[in-house]
Amino acid sequence: MISIVKRNLAGTAFGLALAMSSVSAKAVEIEYWQYFFEARIKAMTTLIENFEKANPDITVKMTHFPYADYRTKVAAAIPAGQGPDVVQLFYGWLNDYINAELIQPLPTDVFPAAEIEKKFFPMVSAMKRGDAYYALPTAVRSLALFYNTSLFDEAGISGPPATLSELVKTAKKLTKKDGAGNITQVGITMGMTAQDHHWFREVLVRQFGGDPYLDDYKTVNYNTEAGRAALDFYTGLISEHGVSQIGFMDEPQAAFKAGRAGMHIDGSFRIGALDRTRGLKWAVAELPASDEGVKSNYSSYWVNAVTTKAKGEKHDAAVKFIKYVTSPEAMQIWLDTVGELPADPAAALTDANKMHDKYGAFIRGLGYANTTIFANESGQRQVLIDTVNRIVLEDATTADALAEAAETEQKILDEYYK
Amino acid sequence: MHGWYNGLTISGKRVLWVWGFLFLPVIFYSAIRFYPTFNAFYLSFQDWNLLGSRQWVGIDNYAKLFADPIFWKVFANTFIYLFIGTPVSLLLSFVIAYYLDQVRFLHGLIRALYFLPFLTTAVAMAWVWRWFYQPVPVGVFNNVMASFGMVQQPFLASTTRALPAVLAPAIWAGLGFQIIIFMAGLRAIPTSYYEAARIDGVSTWTILWEITLPLLKPTLVFLVVFSSIGFLRIFDHVFNMTTNDPGGPLNSTKPLVLLIYDTAFNAFDMGYAAAQTVILFTVLLVVSLIQLRIMRDR
Repeated sequence: MISIVKRNLAGTAFGLALAMSSVSAKAVEIEYWQYFFEARIKAMTTLIENFEKANPDITVKMTHFPYADYRTKVAAAIPAGQGPDVVQLFYGWLNDYINAELIQPLPTDVFPAAEIEKKFFPMVSAMKRGDAYYALPTAVRSLALFYNTSLFDEAGISGPPATLSELVKTAKKLTKKDGAGNITQVGITMGMTAQDHHWFREVLVRQFGGDPYLDDYKTVNYNTEAGRAALDFYTGLISEHGVSQIGFMDEPQAAFKAGRAGMHIDGSFRIGALDRTRGLKWAVAELPASDEGVKSNYSSYWVNAVTTKAKGEKHDAAVKFIKYVTSPEAMQIWLDTVGELPADPAAALTDANKMHDKYGAFIRGLGYANTTIFANESGQRQVLIDTVNRIVLEDATTADALAEAAETEQKILDEYYK
Repeated sequence: MHGWYNGLTISGKRVLWVWGFLFLPVIFYSAIRFYPTFNAFYLSFQDWNLLGSRQWVGIDNYAKLFADPIFWKVFANTFIYLFIGTPVSLLLSFVIAYYLDQVRFLHGLIRALYFLPFLTTAVAMAWVWRWFYQPVPVGVFNNVMASFGMVQQPFLASTTRALPAVLAPAIWAGLGFQIIIFMAGLRAIPTSYYEAARIDGVSTWTILWEITLPLLKPTLVFLVVFSSIGFLRIFDHVFNMTTNDPGGPLNSTKPLVLLIYDTAFNAFDMGYAAAQTVILFTVLLVVSLIQLRIMRDR
C-alpha cells in the first residue's frame, strides 16, 4: 500500500520533472534490493552516487529489508511485476531463483563467459548455467585466524601458529583455569554455531587427506578415515588438550572480543566490530596449514542479478549497473567500507591488499579457498552442531557421531536435489 | 424505494441491521484470518519452496511428519512445556495472589513488582537469563556457585536441564498476569460467605477448599486454557535463549512452533511447515476443548 503511494508520488514527480524540462533526456529509474546490514547500505549508497554521476540518465532506488524478511519479499514482489530490477542474493540460492524464474541471465555480449573466468576468482563459476552467467559478486569472504596479541605477549609466544600442531601448542599456553579447574580463558574459541563448521568441512577434512563432498556437493563424503581424523582433532581440542570449551562466554566472537580467548577463527566481516572494541589488541594470520603443509580455506559470497521484471531500457540500465558494481573500483570501495574482499583477483591481489595487516591474511586465503554449495546452510550447519554435541554431551564416539552426521546431511541433500 | 424494507417484519429488519453492522468484521476476519488458515490447510498437501509454483503431493508431508523422529521429540517437548509450565505457574500465582490479597502494607508496590516481568519484552528477558545461565566467568549463577566451591552446572548446555532452564523465565514472565486475574477472582467472591463460615467456626483450610476454590472456578478455567495455549505456543524464550543452536542442544528444548519456523524460513519447505502448523492447530483445539469440558462439568 505504502509502496503504491510512493510509486504514485514518484510517478507524479517524474511527470512534473518531465514537463518542466522536455529538453533533457528521459530518465530511467531502476530499483535495487538488498538485505539490511549497515556497512553494506553505506557502501551501496556510495556506489549508487558514483554510478548516477557517470550515468545521469539513470537513477537507482535502493530498498533494504531485514534479513529475515528478504526472501519472502523478493518472492512475492517479482512475479507481481513489482520490486527490484537488480537483486542481491546469496550464492547458494541461485538454483532456487533460476527455477522460480526470478532472475534472467546476464547478456553474454556485455559479460562474455571467457572474460568473467579470466577476471574473477574461480569459485564464481558456480554462477554459470550453459554459456551465460546469471549473477556476479562484488565481494567474496574467506576465513582467517584472529589472535590476541596482548595475550600472546603475556604468554611469551612470538607469533601465530603456522601448522595444526603449533596451533595446539600455542592454545595450551594461552589457556587459563581457576582453582576448581574451570576454564577462565580459552586458548582457541570453538563452536560449530559460528564459523567452525566451514573450518571443519572445507579445511580440516581436506587437511587430513579427505574430500568433504563428491558429485558437485550432492554427495556427503566426510564419513571416512580423513573425516574421523579431522573430527578427532577438532573435538580433541576439548577432550584431549582442554584448551577450549563449547559455549564459553556464550559465543566465540564474544569471548574473543572480551579478551578471554587467545585465538578465534572468523570471517573478514568481523574486522569492523573488532576495530571498534576498545583496548583489544589483535592481529590476523592465515589459517594454520596441516603438518604436511596442506592449506585450505572456505569462501562464500553474495551476488547481484537482473530480475525477470526488468525489460527494455530498465534491463539495459540494470546491466550497466551490475557492470559498475562488479568493477575493480566498486570492489575497492566495498573492501574499504564493508571489509569484504574484491571478487576480482586483479583488484584483490594488489601488493597493498596482500600485505594489508588486517585483510592480507584473508586475501591470501582466497587463493586456495573452496566454496561449499549448500542446499540448506542452516540445516547442514545444524548437523555438525549436533555431531559435536553428541560427542561432548552424550559421550558418543567420533565414528558413530560422524556416521550419523553423514546420513542426516545426505538426507537433506537428497531431498533438495530430488 | 424503501418498499422492500418496509415489507420486512421487525425481526427481519433486526437481522438486516445486525448483518449490516457485522459486515465489516466478517469481511475482515474472512480475509485476514480464515482465508490464510484455510490456505495453510491446503498448502499442507503441497510442496512449495516459497519461490516458484506449488505442487500437489497429497499426504506426503504428513507421512514424512509421522516418520520423523525429530517431530516426535519436538512434540514431546511441547507437552513437557505444557505439563510442567501450566500447573507450576498456576500454583505459584495462586499462592502469591492468595497471600498478597491479605497484605495491606505496600500492597500496590508488591503487586506492581510481580506484574513488572509481564511488561518486559520476552526477548530482553530471555537474553538476560541466557547470560545468567552461562558457565564461569560470565554466568551469575555459576559464579556464585563457584565462589562457594560448588561444581558448575551446565544449565543450557545440557540435554536434560536446558528445558527446565528455559521454562523458568517463561513461567516467571507470565506470573504477574495470572496473579492479577486471580486477585480479581478472589475479590469477586462475596465476603458474606466468609463471614458465615467464620461464624460457624470453619477452619481456614476448609474455607479455601470449600468456598474459595469452587467459586474461583471460572477464573481457573480461563487461566488454565489461557496459560496452556501460551505454553503450547512457546517460542520467544526458547529461540532467544538458544539462538546459536535454536531449540538445542540436540533438540532438547525445541517446541513445535520453533520447528515450524525452522522448516518454513530456514529450509524453505513451506508445505511441510504447513503440515506441522495443522498439527499444532489440532493440538491447541483438542487441548482447549478437553479443558473446557472438564472444568465446566459439575
